[in-house]
Amino acid sequence: MRFVFKTDYDQDIRILKHGGYWWSYGVLLAVLIAVPFLVGSYLQSQIVFVFIYAIVGVALMILTGFTGQASLGHAAFLAIGAYVAAYMQKLGVPFIVYFPLAAVLTGIIGAMVGFPALRLHGIYLVIATIAFAFIVEEVLARWETVTNGNEGMRVKTLDLVGMPVPRDSASFYFLCLLVLVGVIVLALNLLRSPTGRAFVAIRDSETAGKSMGIDLAAYKVKSFAISAAITGMAGVLFAHKMTFISPEMFTLLLSIEFIMVIIIGGAFGVHGAVFGAIFMVMVDPFLTALKDDVPVLAASIASSLGMAQDAAGHLRDKMSAIGSAAGLKGAIYGLIIMMFILFEPYGLYGRWLKVKLFFQLFPLYKRATFKRQKTYVKSERNR
Amino acid sequence: MSLFTVDGISLQFGGLKAVDNVSFSVEKGEIFTIIGPNGAGKTSIFNLISRLYNPTSGKLFFGDQDITEVPPHQIAKLGIARTFQNIELFENATMLANLLVGRHCHATTQLWQEMLFLPSVRRAEKAHRRKVEEVIEFLDLQAYRDKIIAGLPYGVRKVVEVARALCSEPKLILLDEPSSGLNVEETDDMSFWIRDIRSELGITVLMVEHDMTLVNRVSDRVLALNYGKVLASGTTSEVQAHPDVIAAYLGA
Repeated sequence: MRFVFKTDYDQDIRILKHGGYWWSYGVLLAVLIAVPFLVGSYLQSQIVFVFIYAIVGVALMILTGFTGQASLGHAAFLAIGAYVAAYMQKLGVPFIVYFPLAAVLTGIIGAMVGFPALRLHGIYLVIATIAFAFIVEEVLARWETVTNGNEGMRVKTLDLVGMPVPRDSASFYFLCLLVLVGVIVLALNLLRSPTGRAFVAIRDSETAGKSMGIDLAAYKVKSFAISAAITGMAGVLFAHKMTFISPEMFTLLLSIEFIMVIIIGGAFGVHGAVFGAIFMVMVDPFLTALKDDVPVLAASIASSLGMAQDAAGHLRDKMSAIGSAAGLKGAIYGLIIMMFILFEPYGLYGRWLKVKLFFQLFPLYKRATFKRQKTYVKSERNR
Repeated sequence: MSLFTVDGISLQFGGLKAVDNVSFSVEKGEIFTIIGPNGAGKTSIFNLISRLYNPTSGKLFFGDQDITEVPPHQIAKLGIARTFQNIELFENATMLANLLVGRHCHATTQLWQEMLFLPSVRRAEKAHRRKVEEVIEFLDLQAYRDKIIAGLPYGVRKVVEVARALCSEPKLILLDEPSSGLNVEETDDMSFWIRDIRSELGITVLMVEHDMTLVNRVSDRVLALNYGKVLASGTTSEVQAHPDVIAAYLGA
């Protein structure tokens, strides 16, 4: 186990607390830079989606994980970012202009959504953000002069100051990586300064926060605006990755996927957003594979166990019918969320920390180290 | 000029008068205690002072400034800090982060500067940290700097709350039952600290307390309340000898 001997206040301010982190994150960065030269285009493309989901994850982490304001409207912010990109590109505006513009515009809309949040808590806020998402979806479908309605919009190849960046190229991969790293650094900077601490204070006790001089209204709006702006940036990248966007891509299910990113990743640290994004992007091909392979596998096992050929075929058909039933994906997602909340509320990142501690303390790790205590001293009276 | 004046303040919840025309003033550098049976309106007065409640009538003055209409988040900036009866710490943050939130009212850095973590932000952070370290030293909390609050024992949390209030460098500190839930030894420590807060840091203390030994040990003046009304005020012995106070406690 490593004990950091602190002799300077800077040591607590630093993002990378000690030399070990320089090594591990350095290696990680080196691997990520090497990836496009090592893996096939399918995997590279999946990793780009991980980056985009992780950017949204960081955004939602700031809002939900740190400020404690739940949102099921982030698909709408992503949509706004994507449509700003598509429309601006159509007008001939260059990427270096519409990328920040999308962030600013989404941020302003995010702040506007934040205002009702001042009066709403918990489940009511979730409902309000869902309502907002539906409004955006509807506007996108109806405002045909700008959004082309339900026919959707084509997004041309990204043009970075004269250099084309096609969606499957290594340069697009690096662009997404750069944005993700930038967003993470920005979030970490925020968290180690007064604003970030104010967010955490609002999450844990609004009453105490108020009494310590935190203007709840201002900080909730700030949190919404920052979160929306980051999601807007992800939206631009998303639009260019998809090359085609239409309103039905930005549904409630996408918002739920984003919430899953932080629940599964662990809603208490920026790492969680990345872990959750990896999980969410990788679970989809996994589910597809299951849908295709499990019935065949089950049928072959059944026939090898002596089941009649046509009975095994019947079993296979039944199982693949279940596998392709509508809404199954949502049900599985729901199940995954429930399992995580019940058995691993700190998510994958929490599990990672536990495993790490196990090896650090080996052989002295106590199973009760992470046992949660229940306390009943907080009051909600003064809300 | 008193440091803090409450002038005929009332708080009404529907038909219930939680605080009924209460007036008192706190002089600079004294320890002023409000006592009274449960439900007497002591914490309500604190919530009125920290502006979590709006008074039905009456006025609050800090120095000569009328703070009756000041929004709650500006109270700390004026120099009034408080603790809570039921401990309102930020449970899932480290003690250091909690104390740094206490510095929030002195934060001057802008959002965009913080996002880029400019040298000015770093300088400000170090200055905050230095102040926080002074408080940690003062209240002997060195062992808990990086501990998450949720994992700390109750007695320590109580002290951390006082520390957080001190971090905002207040002129007046409101302590809501500083000894509730503490054992005898911890209460002793608390009484020393309350006196040190006054004598070493020069902060005026206004507290609500049930433990009469603690009240006797530290208070300069006491105000007794019952059913939102003032029963008596004066030195500890005067108030304790007052027939109305005895009646309120013993039910004569």
